[in-house]
Amino acid sequence: MTLNTKTNFHQPETHFFRAYRAGDDFYEALINMHRGLSDEQSAMVNAKLILLLGNHIGDLSVLREAMNIARGSIGSEVHNETNLENE
Amino acid sequence: MLATYQNPVYDYERSPDQDTDLVVHHPVIVVGGGPVGLAAGLDAGVHGMDVLVLDESNTVSVGSRAVCYSKRSLEIFNRWGCASRMVDKGVTWKVGKIFFRDRLIRQFDLLPAPGHEQPAFINLQQYYLEQYMVDRLRELDSAEIRWKNKVVDVTEEENKVTITVDTPDGPYSLSCDWLIVADGANSGIRSRMGLESEGQIFQDRFLIVDVVMKQNAPPERWFSFDPSYHRGWSTLLHRQADDVYRLDFQLGWDADPVEEKKPENIIPRVTAMLGEDVDFELEWASVYTFTCRRMEKFRHGRLLYTGDAAHQVSPFGARGANSGFQDIDNLIWKLDLVLRNEAPSSMLDSYCSERVMAAEENIMNSTRSTDFITPKSPVSSVFRDAVLELAEEHEFAQLLTNSGRLSDPAILVYSPLNTPDTDEFSGDMVPGAPLDDAPVNYHGEDKWLLNMMGGAFNLLYFIDNADDFDANHRSALIQMSQEPVPVIPIVVANRGGPIDEVTTVLDVTGMANQRFDGHSGAVYLIRPDQHVLARCHIFDMGSVSAALNRILIG
Repeated sequence: MTLNTKTNFHQPETHFFRAYRAGDDFYEALINMHRGLSDEQSAMVNAKLILLLGNHIGDLSVLREAMNIARGSIGSEVHNETNLENE
Repeated sequence: MLATYQNPVYDYERSPDQDTDLVVHHPVIVVGGGPVGLAAGLDAGVHGMDVLVLDESNTVSVGSRAVCYSKRSLEIFNRWGCASRMVDKGVTWKVGKIFFRDRLIRQFDLLPAPGHEQPAFINLQQYYLEQYMVDRLRELDSAEIRWKNKVVDVTEEENKVTITVDTPDGPYSLSCDWLIVADGANSGIRSRMGLESEGQIFQDRFLIVDVVMKQNAPPERWFSFDPSYHRGWSTLLHRQADDVYRLDFQLGWDADPVEEKKPENIIPRVTAMLGEDVDFELEWASVYTFTCRRMEKFRHGRLLYTGDAAHQVSPFGARGANSGFQDIDNLIWKLDLVLRNEAPSSMLDSYCSERVMAAEENIMNSTRSTDFITPKSPVSSVFRDAVLELAEEHEFAQLLTNSGRLSDPAILVYSPLNTPDTDEFSGDMVPGAPLDDAPVNYHGEDKWLLNMMGGAFNLLYFIDNADDFDANHRSALIQMSQEPVPVIPIVVANRGGPIDEVTTVLDVTGMANQRFDGHSGAVYLIRPDQHVLARCHIFDMGSVSAALNRILIG
């Protein structure tokens, strides 16, 4: 598996007539999740969300690819050995 | 004073209605001669309904204001006979570009599929749009507009509405069966009736500036997040007719609207955006804030609220005026049936339910755009910038980038008027959907499917070979077209025909078949506003009557 960066938001048994709609639903839910939180609480909630999604995805190669892209613009690659791998 | 446009002055004329002691009655009166009120006059006039539009001013829009008109609006205007003038004068565009910190991160084409007569969008100053609407209205025998007629009082009685109208000659009274309220966001009628439009005010200010320049920039919509010339904010550049460009600057809540509107403060902003070497002249400027709100119900007895009077959105996405035209398109054919006693007045409740649904969708989309453009908290700023950073390379983030979800017509999937599907179809032409266009051939001439229909109920009947058309079905179709509420048939064939006395078109490109999943025998019942009402795989008169009765009897 490689990381899918094509548009992929969907919902079972829901037909979205507009291409942007499912993604906008997600984004709104994401922003609403933070409503009323302090910056510290928000950082904690984000971390938990990433951990939950990371476990759900499970595939380490996909997760590493995502980490590299996420870190990408800041520079210096995520090191496989020290971060995730323990073979 | 604008350099490129001079507002027409429409003279106040004393009406015979003012010279009688009687209160003269009109079936339909429209309050407000803005785009939506004029639309009501046009649609009713085209239907042959007696309609009177009252406007308190004596000209069209002062300033360019709403400039962006959608394909769907143009399709509606086309039925009213004034789209081509708008398209000819307006700037046709379909490409949007989004920049983040001066880098192009997304480019999108708003017309996703070929084979539509109207362009995705045109940009046209509101004053031109209104002027062309007034010109068209004056050609219609059953429509009248009175300038300098301000409605100052409304009394609703059991069988009619009585209004008091102020004029340069003093006040007079009129009565009507139905009052269409189109007097704008700060609707005086709405306040007078003790009703409110409720929602959310956004804490942000925007400066809009029209400039004239001979730049010949491409007809595209350029939205910039955090550009170097306006750090931390967003801007928008859009071309209109007459070499006029619309510039939009986000200013933030703390900006002083009076100061910001002074030319000495505007010019440096414009120069920073366009570059030192670009010659321009200021045409018009305004500082605005915005609101997303709506009335709970759009029908209150004999008063029908439309456009900004009923619902208001932020400007990102051009969902204001464009949704107002859809209100009118939705309302007038229903009103026509009610006035002709072909349907009970309760049918007008579906105007309310359908357009409330549409308003909800418009408010949701424009609120989401606003939240993306002006993040409300540090964490939402971080997410917003993260999306923009990823968008340069990753498709999913491009689609999340929200600089305005540009007006698309409401798909009325939950409408009580729809007959739910019992047969399976692929594609998006579900009951409640506005029809897609397609090129067709009619008697050897290239035409557009949408132009062949509208204004009445239509039945689209798909067949492979028109020469094989069932004779009984043909008789049934002809009979249906002669009923008090006629259903005008259109046979869409791959080949053969034409069928005697039945409009037959050839689906020369196969686009109609594809868009409607129109395999041989399939039929679609279409509303006068070109939304799908019902569909099935095989024609039978009983199903069509049942679908019609569902709306005509209730």
